[in-house]
Amino acid sequence: MVANPKMNERENILGRIREALSVPAPVPGAHSGEPPHAVSECEAATHIPEWLPRVGSTFEERLALFRTNAAELKADFVLLDSPEELIAKLREIAAAESWKKVATHSNALTDGACDALDLPVLRTDNGYDPRDMETCDAGISACDALIAQTGSVLVTSQSAGGRALSVLPPHHVVLARREQLLADLPAAFALLKTKYAPGYPSLISFITGPSRTGDIERILVLGAHGPKKLTILCV
Amino acid sequence: MKITLFIPCFIDACFPKAGVSAVEILERLGHTIDYPKELTCCGQPAFNSGYWEESRTTAIKVLERLKATEVVVIVSGSCGAMIKNFYPELFAGTEHEEAARTLSAKVYEFSDFLVTKLGVTDLGAQFPHKVTFHDGCHGLRELGIKQQPRKLLSHVRGLELVEMGEVESCCGFGGTFSAKFPMISTAMGENKCGSALETGAEYIVSNDSSCLMHIQGLLDREGKPLRTIHLAEVLNHR
Amino acid sequence: MTPAASQFKKNAIALTADLRHRALIRTALKKYEVVRDDKVSRFQNWQSARQSAAEIKWDAVNHLDAHLIEFARNLEARGTQVHWASNAAQAREIIIGIIQERKAHSIIKSKVMTGEEIHLNEALEKAGFDVVESDLGEYIVQLRHEPPYHFVFPAMHLTRGEISDLFSKELGTASTDSPEELTMIARRVLRDKYIAADIGISGANFGIAETGMISITENEGNARLTCALPKVHIALMGIEKVLPKLEDLALFLPMLATAGAGQVMTGYNTLYGGPRQPGEADGPEAFHVVLLDNNRTQLLADPEQRDALHCIRCGACLNVCPIYKNIGGHAYGATYQGPIGAVITPHLRGLQQWKHLSFASSLCGACTQTCPVKINLHHHLLQSRRNAIAQKPVWWEKPLFQGLAFLFNHAGLFSLGMKLGRIGQVFYPLVKGTRLDPASAWTKSRELPKIAPQTFREWWQTRK
Ligand code: SF4
Repeated sequence: MVANPKMNERENILGRIREALSVPAPVPGAHSGEPPHAVSECEAATHIPEWLPRVGSTFEERLALFRTNAAELKADFVLLDSPEELIAKLREIAAAESWKKVATHSNALTDGACDALDLPVLRTDNGYDPRDMETCDAGISACDALIAQTGSVLVTSQSAGGRALSVLPPHHVVLARREQLLADLPAAFALLKTKYAPGYPSLISFITGPSRTGDIERILVLGAHGPKKLTILCV
Repeated sequence: MKITLFIPCFIDACFPKAGVSAVEILERLGHTIDYPKELTCCGQPAFNSGYWEESRTTAIKVLERLKATEVVVIVSGSCGAMIKNFYPELFAGTEHEEAARTLSAKVYEFSDFLVTKLGVTDLGAQFPHKVTFHDGCHGLRELGIKQQPRKLLSHVRGLELVEMGEVESCCGFGGTFSAKFPMISTAMGENKCGSALETGAEYIVSNDSSCLMHIQGLLDREGKPLRTIHLAEVLNHR
Repeated sequence: MTPAASQFKKNAIALTADLRHRALIRTALKKYEVVRDDKVSRFQNWQSARQSAAEIKWDAVNHLDAHLIEFARNLEARGTQVHWASNAAQAREIIIGIIQERKAHSIIKSKVMTGEEIHLNEALEKAGFDVVESDLGEYIVQLRHEPPYHFVFPAMHLTRGEISDLFSKELGTASTDSPEELTMIARRVLRDKYIAADIGISGANFGIAETGMISITENEGNARLTCALPKVHIALMGIEKVLPKLEDLALFLPMLATAGAGQVMTGYNTLYGGPRQPGEADGPEAFHVVLLDNNRTQLLADPEQRDALHCIRCGACLNVCPIYKNIGGHAYGATYQGPIGAVITPHLRGLQQWKHLSFASSLCGACTQTCPVKINLHHHLLQSRRNAIAQKPVWWEKPLFQGLAFLFNHAGLFSLGMKLGRIGQVFYPLVKGTRLDPASAWTKSRELPKIAPQTFREWWQTRK
């Protein structure tokens, strides 16, 4: 039998790699003119939270940092005291932007909120037609976490109604709970592991602000391909 | 202290005042100067051009002559970096590797030597002019010299230092690069001169004569009144 | 001179003379430096972050075989098909094969630098497929039939006026000087393409061995849509992109954003671990990951420069490079521009053909200083010069440097040389600027320094 050619290329590449690696390379980063680094190789990774941007230890500090980051990113962040307030806020946005139809998915937070809108709703849970979603004014989704350090929203294909809901409609509204506010990126990756491993959703996305581009003269424009607006409502 | 002064080839030939000033300053501070006159060049031109073998021919002589010295001071960031940082690379895997490392440890660029090793910042100099300072890339990035010359300049009477825009960007000299790619080198130099002229300074001061040679060459061609001067000359001005 | 070298020189002459172009690039990159410095300062310790990143990459690259095996196994376990391509031709063949098997026709692409490397678009068009770039900058340069000008900011060399004219000509839209309106024109055109496309092709910024995922970093959401709507998603990825652990991204994502564009985080950082899984609302039916070698193993075999494979393609070294700022991205004639391009292109495409890029540097080291993964870029340029010369010295340079070495080792001769030089420079004006001028490369734009009336060694002699 002739060997599978695909397998051959795999072995060829791995073979070349092993041969190349038979000569060791010097440890990295020992540059001239730079102060020597105190942490040894195996330790470096465990110190990552200490190198990243600072986050306060209390909930209030994290909240304040998330708020600042969101503002800088031109995302709207609103902290609300009750589910009723959240519904009221959502209705207010819907009226202001004269939404005619929204897309969402089933979830404890989104269900009640979307029902209260009194608008036609497309639910992604059992599949949908992307052209239909194109006609929606907003995508309303839940999330896995909010990250204070970066102002990011963490979503997955499981937690946020699939892959397109959070990018196709022109306005993405995220509904979150206060407990979901995490300090930093390492905490977010730890959460993903405990929540999903090994059966990870096929998509995991850190959304940081509305869609943006600087491709024309490095001038910021929102809504390049994804949503022009990102609103985060947190109860 | 007995200080061995390494005078790079182009300072010896074209900019001797920088070397003379260094001698006078160090002697005034009470040190003895040893000038190894059998040395002329650190070997950088060949090294940068890819001719490491020819570079080693020159560099071995430097290694040998400077072996028995206490401390070596170089009036150029670029040649300083060559001996301090690039010799160990040049001689890596050869019998001279150890000697290159030993030498590396006792080599200082002039301003770094004054401030870090001797702890001197006020040399009693006087230079009543508005100046701007250009950081030679090798001194800045290979040797980490940024504050030392500024500390020294801050004690010069009458001197006003105005920092230029994009102060850390290269002047475009780059050794043989300036002849191999003169158009790029010149464009870089034009940017540098432009930033310096914008400050309204009368002088561009640097701890690297090779950069100054390039900058002065451009300024002269353009007929600009701005002058270049080595840091040691400013510090020796009374 | 090789064709690539003489083309580079020609480009450099033309582009450095274009003052408008130089000013455009400098202004664009000055904005970058301001925002980058701000974001760097938010790190508690940027230097330690760089060191950690370098160490993680070192581990990844120096155990590449093990990480790749783990990466492929984990991807396959969840229904992804992994393909291995030793070179560009194989990668193109694999990708075209997948598309043909699907009887597909229309393709939407999000930014894929490896795609540029293997000239994927040309191959797809030749095979009769309809390919559209979805990243705004890539879309613009595709309409202009140009390669990207910068591997992070592909259309940085164009003004809004030029883009408006381009859109008017190609899309028939009204002219406008608003970047916002121009962006919306592209948005409208491309929206339909996503929905109609059969195949989505993307690159990958990182591959996670531990979990079998690729990670894509983007701002526009175009990659998100490319990987959401079409029935098939193909990702083309260089073999060096693997990271050992999922949590490594906690460091790399903010560093890439900071170094690349002065952002805290890029707009969308997305991990793809397979095709649509049971119970998921949408996503492609099939997910293919094509792993590309294309001479990366050659670079891996050079331990001195192996760390060039640590590159996360943030583009920071281009943004701070004074050469790049004066000649721009197209002058290089290579897929990867700037300092990292000058380092890796000779490995990927041949040292003798591309060595000129390593000589076209003042070795200022701004690239090395800025690189988030601490690649010793300018030292690698020096090593490539050495390697190129050791293989093939320039016939007149070798004796010149031998002669100089002899001169430098004989101080007496050196002194004599200076004396002769002093006489020579009296007569030099006779040839200066003429064809006989031996220093014409210098004196075309600059005055030569003069040998002093009294050299340092002569002065020292007088003191004794
Ligand atoms: S070499 Fe370093 S700075 Fe340049 S693109 Fe790669 S990671 Fe960024």
